[in-house]
Amino acid sequence: MAANNLRHALFCAIVTLIISFPILGLNLEAKGINITLTGAKTSTYVAIVLAAVVVFVFQIFRDSFMGVLGKLPNLNPLAGREPMEQSKRVKLESWILTGIVIFALFWPFLVSRGSVDLATLVLIYIMLALGLNVVVGLAGLLDLGYVAFYAVGAYTFALLSQYTGISFWMALPIGALLAGLTGMILGFPVLRLRGDYLAIVTLGFGEIIRILLNNWTTLTGGPNGIGGIPDPTLFGMEFGRRVKEEGNTSFHETFGIAYASEHKIIFLYLIALVLAVITALIIRRFMRMPVGRAWEALREDEIAARSLGLSRTAVKLSAFTIGAFFAGFAGTVFASKQGFISPESFVFLESAIILAIVVLGGMGSQLGVILAAIAVTILPELAREFSEYRMLIFGAAMVLMMVWRPQGLLPMRRIHIKLNRQE
Amino acid sequence: MLEVQKLSMRFGGLLAVDQVSLDVQEREIVSIIGPNGAGKTTVFNCMSGFYKPTGGKILFEGREVQGKPDYKISRMGMVRTFQHVRLFTQMTVVENLLVAQHRHLNTNMISGLLGTPNYRQREQKALDRAAYWLERVGLLELANRDAGNLAYGQQRRLEIARCMVTEPKLLMLDEPAAGLNPAETKELNQLIISLKEDYNVSVVLIEHDMSLVMDISDRINVINQGKPLASGTPEEIRRNDDVIKAYLGEA
Ligand SMILES: Nc1ncnc2c1ncn2[C@@H]1O[C@H](COP(=O)(O)OP(=O)(O)OP(=O)(O)O)[C@@H](O)[C@H]1O
Ligand SMILES: [Mg+2]
Repeated sequence: MAANNLRHALFCAIVTLIISFPILGLNLEAKGINITLTGAKTSTYVAIVLAAVVVFVFQIFRDSFMGVLGKLPNLNPLAGREPMEQSKRVKLESWILTGIVIFALFWPFLVSRGSVDLATLVLIYIMLALGLNVVVGLAGLLDLGYVAFYAVGAYTFALLSQYTGISFWMALPIGALLAGLTGMILGFPVLRLRGDYLAIVTLGFGEIIRILLNNWTTLTGGPNGIGGIPDPTLFGMEFGRRVKEEGNTSFHETFGIAYASEHKIIFLYLIALVLAVITALIIRRFMRMPVGRAWEALREDEIAARSLGLSRTAVKLSAFTIGAFFAGFAGTVFASKQGFISPESFVFLESAIILAIVVLGGMGSQLGVILAAIAVTILPELAREFSEYRMLIFGAAMVLMMVWRPQGLLPMRRIHIKLNRQE
Repeated sequence: MLEVQKLSMRFGGLLAVDQVSLDVQEREIVSIIGPNGAGKTTVFNCMSGFYKPTGGKILFEGREVQGKPDYKISRMGMVRTFQHVRLFTQMTVVENLLVAQHRHLNTNMISGLLGTPNYRQREQKALDRAAYWLERVGLLELANRDAGNLAYGQQRRLEIARCMVTEPKLLMLDEPAAGLNPAETKELNQLIISLKEDYNVSVVLIEHDMSLVMDISDRINVINQGKPLASGTPEEIRRNDDVIKAYLGEA
């Protein structure tokens, strides 16, 4: 046992060395047209060796270390208390949610422009995470290419506006429907796959869409992206200083107020807020409908679900389609917010972040996912100095979470249903 | 209503089921017995569409069903339980029953989102049917528990209730008494008889508990190493020399 441990720890330390030495210890330097290989500073080598030692020590004492971590929840004084009564809890939750939404409505008028912009991004991530939650949390289908549908929504708006001059409000349903359609089409080939295999194939799909956008230069502009995507209008009122589109009026002139660039940002924020609330409400409703229960049944036990007459095809495709639909929603808002999009915005890392939000929040739980979306988007902004270590912190948080609270921040709670005794 | 003709199932070199035939009439309890590994569960898997049999025919109400997908067979009114209980463990007891009733529900997403009267009416009916069957198997008090937290015997009963809410014509039970204590087995005995008498369901039963089998079966089929060994009424089977030999040989 001890010898085994030692060998394992040694192995891990060596792997650490092998991986980190070429990545950190060797630098490629461009001198004119030649590239030369140079070593790094001594401090880097020391750090690499130190890291290997840390890995070694950790692996040797892993069992006791994990044991301590596992006991941590006991420090939480609330851990042992009785769960709140069902009806009370539901009421409390809906009060909290209503409170948050009301607060969110007035909040942008009080804070800086940058904060509102960031909050819009948070709302976009909330939409994405709520949509992915359908696929991963409810239907149990590990989708690593979710960003593809986000891209479809964004590019639909960008392309349509470029070629046909479509408005945001027209593009919103079209983008969402097209994304949903893509979700359904990509769902067909993976019907039989589960778990790891599904994850790998969806990962591939995500990359294919990104690479397609990157290389189909004649249509998408390739890596240069597409710019000049219009802002949303409010009943034909534009938020720019000057009216761009024939027939539109401008917001500040209609209301006789001074032009302020904040108006547009706040308006976009409010749109994102409304859409996020709609997304949450619709998905919440789905969860209590036959289709939502079918998703969960498929996640729980596919064989049993089929033995009761559920068609795997219909259930899986509906999950993929509806998940993708809301990603398309989010994509359209994103395109409008940025005014410019390129394949850079739809890399795998985005899928990973959205997935992390779902997992951190607690699979299936809406409130948890919303809180996690806020945390994951805002924390890196608050800790700008640490931005280099963002991925590291992210990874560490995930590992800790898996050890300490694998069910997520706020795991999904079952809905209680009142039954009438039958004769 | 069900006729299995010369069913065969081959896994590579192993002929797990070899020319097994059986038939089930309306309101009849037919048992399949045989030593471990005889191929009983495999017969079920072929009948319920989990496996595509390599030979033979399965006729349900005159229609050939062999090779049809499992969910279609289930929708025709032939549902099964599993040797190892398969519940939706993280869903509540009543949700398990609602999932099973999706065909009785209004699954149109738009009506669901809008909560149309038709949708709500059907949802309520499904809830009432769930309540009825929960009461029937003594689980009504536990309706909002997670199915995975039930005791073993309760899980078995829930699985049967989950089949019954689909309003099947034929129920296939794979070792429903396994792991039950004598009192629970007795209750199960009465439940199965009542399914036949009061709900007009035919039952195909795989079971190792001989007293249960002899008690409630109208007819019994014995298979041994995939081959049909004997069939007849409990009386006939009890006296059959081949059966006695096979079972003594096993012991
Ligand atoms: N999917 C499969 N692939 C290969 N062999 C299988 C498969 N399913 C069953 N078998 C084999 O078929 C034979 C019959 O198995 P089956 O499960 O039908 O027996 P059983 O009569 O239900 O036994 P028990 O009383 O133990 O449940 C066994 O030898 C088993 O190993
Ligand atoms: Mg078996």
